Amino acid sequence: MSILVNRETRLLVQGVTGHEGLFHTAQMLAYGTNVVAGVTPGRGGEWVLDGKVPVFDSARAAVEMTAANASVIFVPARFVADAIIEAADAGIQLVVCITEGVPVQDMMRVRTYLDQRSVRLVGPNCPGILTPGECKVGIIPGNIAIPGGVGVVSRSGTLTYEVLYALKLAGMGASTCVGIGGDPVNGTNFIDVLAMFEADPYTDEVVLIGEIGGSDEEKAADYIARFMTKPVVAFIAGQTAPPGKRMGHAGAIIEGGSGTAADKIAALHAAGVKLARHPEEIPGLLRH
Amino acid sequence: MKLHEYQSKQLFAHYGIPIPNGRVALNPQEARQIALELGGRAVVKAQVLVGGRGKAGGIRLARSPEEAETLTEQILSMRLKGLPVRRVLVDEAIGIVQEIYVGITNDRAAHCPVVMASAAGGVDIEEVARVTPEKIIKIWVNPLLGLLDYQAREIAVNLDLPKPLWSSFGKIVQGLWQVYLQNDATLAEINPLVITSDQRLMALDGKMIVDDNALFRHPDLEAMRDVDEDAPAEIQARAHGLAYIQLDGEIGCMVNGAGLAMATMDIIQLFGGHPANFLDIGGGAGAEKVAAAMRIILEDEHVRVVLINIFGGITRCDEVARGIIRAMAEVKPTVPMVVRLVGTNAAEGRQLLADAHMLTAETLAEAAEKAVQAAQGGAR
Repeated sequence: MSILVNRETRLLVQGVTGHEGLFHTAQMLAYGTNVVAGVTPGRGGEWVLDGKVPVFDSARAAVEMTAANASVIFVPARFVADAIIEAADAGIQLVVCITEGVPVQDMMRVRTYLDQRSVRLVGPNCPGILTPGECKVGIIPGNIAIPGGVGVVSRSGTLTYEVLYALKLAGMGASTCVGIGGDPVNGTNFIDVLAMFEADPYTDEVVLIGEIGGSDEEKAADYIARFMTKPVVAFIAGQTAPPGKRMGHAGAIIEGGSGTAADKIAALHAAGVKLARHPEEIPGLLRH
Repeated sequence: MKLHEYQSKQLFAHYGIPIPNGRVALNPQEARQIALELGGRAVVKAQVLVGGRGKAGGIRLARSPEEAETLTEQILSMRLKGLPVRRVLVDEAIGIVQEIYVGITNDRAAHCPVVMASAAGGVDIEEVARVTPEKIIKIWVNPLLGLLDYQAREIAVNLDLPKPLWSSFGKIVQGLWQVYLQNDATLAEINPLVITSDQRLMALDGKMIVDDNALFRHPDLEAMRDVDEDAPAEIQARAHGLAYIQLDGEIGCMVNGAGLAMATMDIIQLFGGHPANFLDIGGGAGAEKVAAAMRIILEDEHVRVVLINIFGGITRCDEVARGIIRAMAEVKPTVPMVVRLVGTNAAEGRQLLADAHMLTAETLAEAAEKAVQAAQGGAR
């Protein structure tokens, strides 16, 4: 079992006819994800991937015809804000945005709009969500994780793969892996996912992968200390990063002395979290 | 992307914010001419994208056009925090009664813009925020509504501004809001906003940072970029769509993904080495991009070994391997390489690299260890 996505998920792909969208839709189908529809304005009526996925002109039409209940977004950054709100207005409950490079002011407007409704956004600039053996929404390679009891939440992309793979090599599986994305303003934060893992009977322990910038890890530490009964292991990337420089992710920048790896590690340590010095140390710190 | 003071102030003026008369000078003669037009007395200000220009002697008052010329000559020969001064702003000298701070930035935790103001402007606002946070007024803006007039009034009241200035203050803050909004700024700041000796408000200094992710819709702002700010390799990297930051270690890194790149730098340090750079080749990086990345890394003469860590997701390892081999053929590196490829088509990728006589590693720890060993033992 899992959080957010499972066998019941009926997935809509926004930007399904694009290069990335098409490639990853094929990957998701191959994994067993129930991809019920795609959206590309102007391409409604077509079918893609050997007739497996119908394309609609709008999210609303796709939801009406296929009862899609989750959406994954691959559209270019300049169209992301529109696509997220279109999905929300069509009644989609879970929107996962893979696209990176979304202007932060767009995301502030989107987030403010979504906060007035009961729509969960994951991302943008994230690898998506994987419930091993059941459902893959996004771009996490399916073959690097096996089902199990470890909940994984991460701000990173490929670093998350590294951790899932290390768990698999140690014979440990994941309940669900959620990539929340590396942008300064996103839809879902660590605390949201920690609360879901704490409530999920199939998650026994949690791995949190953070990085420099912002104060999400510090807030997560506070939440863990007060509300989490399940053990948490963490890794924070960016201990050698110089301040004031943007480390690829828009979020990964140390601003004015705050958001350093040392601060985050200290806060998590004080909350009883075990800290890994590098990703491959994580399996050894879990309970087994 | 940071904008210069003169660029920021030109934008401010466009949105109705009063700024001093003045122009940019590229040489002392121009500065003299501008000072003459301004009536003799002028402020000469170095245009460099660093803070603390005043303390470093980059902002000087000239009492005559001749002095403006001399001071400009001095300032143009300076380097401020390592950056050359290529131009100065020559502004009219303004009589100041009070200095105020007003800035708009993104509050990432609150997911919305925040307007900050303080009656203690003109000095280091971070210092004010740290020592006396109660002196900073903060107003959060609903991004769907924009800054409301009552919010601007509230700031004026809390700043204890004289009533006759409330109206012009409101217009200035609304102007700054439009500057922030319409230019996708992550920071739009007036410091100081002064009350002049004839009881007017004027933006004496300005600073703007524009969201790099939004530059696609602001070609006018992209054209204002000052390339002096970045190391040449960083500019070259940006042209290839790579994120590169030069550091001072000896182990060059090429990694896909920002988080994994940082983790790779960290593990190098953990094993006793020092990363020479941060380099994220991004997702779906093809052979050409990888070759460009390799050239950039090898241009750093401190690099004694290159560690390549690619976790294939979108990225195909055989394509990466071909890129590495093509780059090798072009660059003919004399340093050893340690390569770790995991994921899509990893076996094919590793085989290609093994045929090209490169060190390979199974785990991240093994890769880091081999790289550190090679850096410590290996000659170039």
